[in-house]
Amino acid sequence: MDTQYAFLPRNALDQLLDALRKAGFDRLVGPIARDGAIVYDTLTSAAQLPHGYRDEQAPGRYRLHQADSGRCFSWANGTQTLKPLTFAPQEVLWHCERDAEGCLRFKNPTVNHSPTAVIGVRACDLVALRLQERHFLGGRFHDPHYGARRESLFLLAVHCTHPAKTCFCASTGDGPKAAIGFDIALSELDEGFILEAGSLRGGELIRTLALDDATERQRELAKTEIETAALQQSRSLPSQNLREALYARLEDRHWDKIGMRCLSCGNCTAVCPTCFCHAEHSVPTLDGTQTTHQRQWDSCFTAVHSYMGHFLVREETRLRYRQWLSHKLASWHDQYGRSGCVGCGRCITWCPSGIDLTAEVAALTRQETSHV
Amino acid sequence: MSAWSPEHPDALDQLNQRPQPRPKVAVHKFSSCDGCQLAFINAGEALITLSQLVDIVHFAEAGPLDAEAEVDIAFVEGSISTPHEKERIEQVRRQSRFLVSIGACATSGGLQALRNFNSHSAEQWTQAVYAQPAYIDSLETATPVAEHVKVDLELWGCPVNARQVFAAIRALLFGVMPLIDKDKLCVECKRRGNVCVLVAKGEPCMGPVTHLGCGALCPAFGRDCYACFGPAENPNTHALARRFVGLGLLPEEIAHRFHFINSHTPAFRSAGLEWAE
Repeated sequence: MDTQYAFLPRNALDQLLDALRKAGFDRLVGPIARDGAIVYDTLTSAAQLPHGYRDEQAPGRYRLHQADSGRCFSWANGTQTLKPLTFAPQEVLWHCERDAEGCLRFKNPTVNHSPTAVIGVRACDLVALRLQERHFLGGRFHDPHYGARRESLFLLAVHCTHPAKTCFCASTGDGPKAAIGFDIALSELDEGFILEAGSLRGGELIRTLALDDATERQRELAKTEIETAALQQSRSLPSQNLREALYARLEDRHWDKIGMRCLSCGNCTAVCPTCFCHAEHSVPTLDGTQTTHQRQWDSCFTAVHSYMGHFLVREETRLRYRQWLSHKLASWHDQYGRSGCVGCGRCITWCPSGIDLTAEVAALTRQETSHV
Repeated sequence: MSAWSPEHPDALDQLNQRPQPRPKVAVHKFSSCDGCQLAFINAGEALITLSQLVDIVHFAEAGPLDAEAEVDIAFVEGSISTPHEKERIEQVRRQSRFLVSIGACATSGGLQALRNFNSHSAEQWTQAVYAQPAYIDSLETATPVAEHVKVDLELWGCPVNARQVFAAIRALLFGVMPLIDKDKLCVECKRRGNVCVLVAKGEPCMGPVTHLGCGALCPAFGRDCYACFGPAENPNTHALARRFVGLGLLPEEIAHRFHFINSHTPAFRSAGLEWAE
């Protein structure tokens, strides 16, 4: 189709946002620079995008710098991915009320998920979204809350051109080029953006903008930038299934060493785009006549998460870390047919202790890490 | 002991065997700033609902006075800092079926427990500080309620908030032990969508070793947590202190991070002492 690679001049970015609103997406969410990081927030104009910002990421460290560039997407990733938009950090699953006769009445919460367009989604985030869909929507039990939020999203991806030092999506095969799950993908060039449709509605939206085709030179330039981004990545995970290698080392003393450094704070799981663990509680009103059943993010790093019949399965920190890593990279293969890591590197950056899973995997499997 | 199991399940049985339909409640104050009692007073409508569910027989800050009344649930605010308080807490224990200590002072000795480290005697201090030290009758240490009498439930925080206090009362009225979430503050901070101040700003945030419950209030305003809720379960104080070295803190500054509001808790006490020398 002729709009497959359309060119949007830099000063016309607001036209794209307007087109999204006209298409019914009342709420636009995109990256902005706030509190020293790139965060997703409500977007009203393209001027709010993080123009010229670069991110510097290292184990346990994230800094934003203003560079001499007019680009909006010259950073790798921010604090969160799409996860909070689909898998809510906290939500009410149902209400329960005791009526005058003493009978319990259950009610669904009223939920209103207004159609939302998300701008600036990365390749790793899209693969992670697909993995979470497999968990929440696949199999026998369909999660209606997750499903409704997922349905409401229109995804505008950006191919990555500025990887952080913590990125390793090239080694997991999940980036830096967005390959699946987007409605429109953008390539950012100095002069503007190449728009590429990934869905029928994405293609329709591009056609409403009546843009020129991107030139061969522009497309070549964009392709080179993505290829360079892959080559710039210095960290990696072994490409093979680590299931056997990790299971063979469940009693390795290296877990103790990690346990000495790990704070068991759960930050890695909260920022991980594929982690899905949650806990549920009933919260009664003071008069005792009503409760709300609430679900919130939980983590395999908390004590309660391994509570079973009045004892803790994983009291020690090393066992909590081992649970996380061996689920993510080993038993995930049994559960979902692939590893649970998409190479975004957030667990490395946002670990207050700076624990680097690529280095720990290398140490555990006694291989040299590719990062120096 | 597991992270959420009742401290003393037998006390719950006693509470559930109470004869009256409307349980009697008292709020007692020891050495403290009175701030934790505001969890009740500032609760607004919930306080009215509470007064319909229980009889509040003693609560000096709010009005009712009957310090000697036998009660089903006693809330105790403040640390034990004077000889008189030492006697009084035993009396409170004797007249209460279920005793809940609330806030940093009652659960850990609070800010005033910093004097427990000092080599100077209480007498030396009072003479240096007060014009007429003869009126001051103070113990050498300020200590948590649980070092003096059996405590059935502890609610941490400086101050505790209405959500904690009312959730505990509701659970006790149902006849079950309240669930106390002792996870790290980071869990709450990430649910709230805050940007990590340690990672993004290099602030010496105590969140990774601190008991959640405040709603990650300080980090939500870009400030580092100063651990007013005390240690979380399984706190790796050593690893966090080493991270603070990496952020450029001097040993003395690291010691002060741990020796602040909850310095008397074993985890923070030993972590601070490691760096204080």
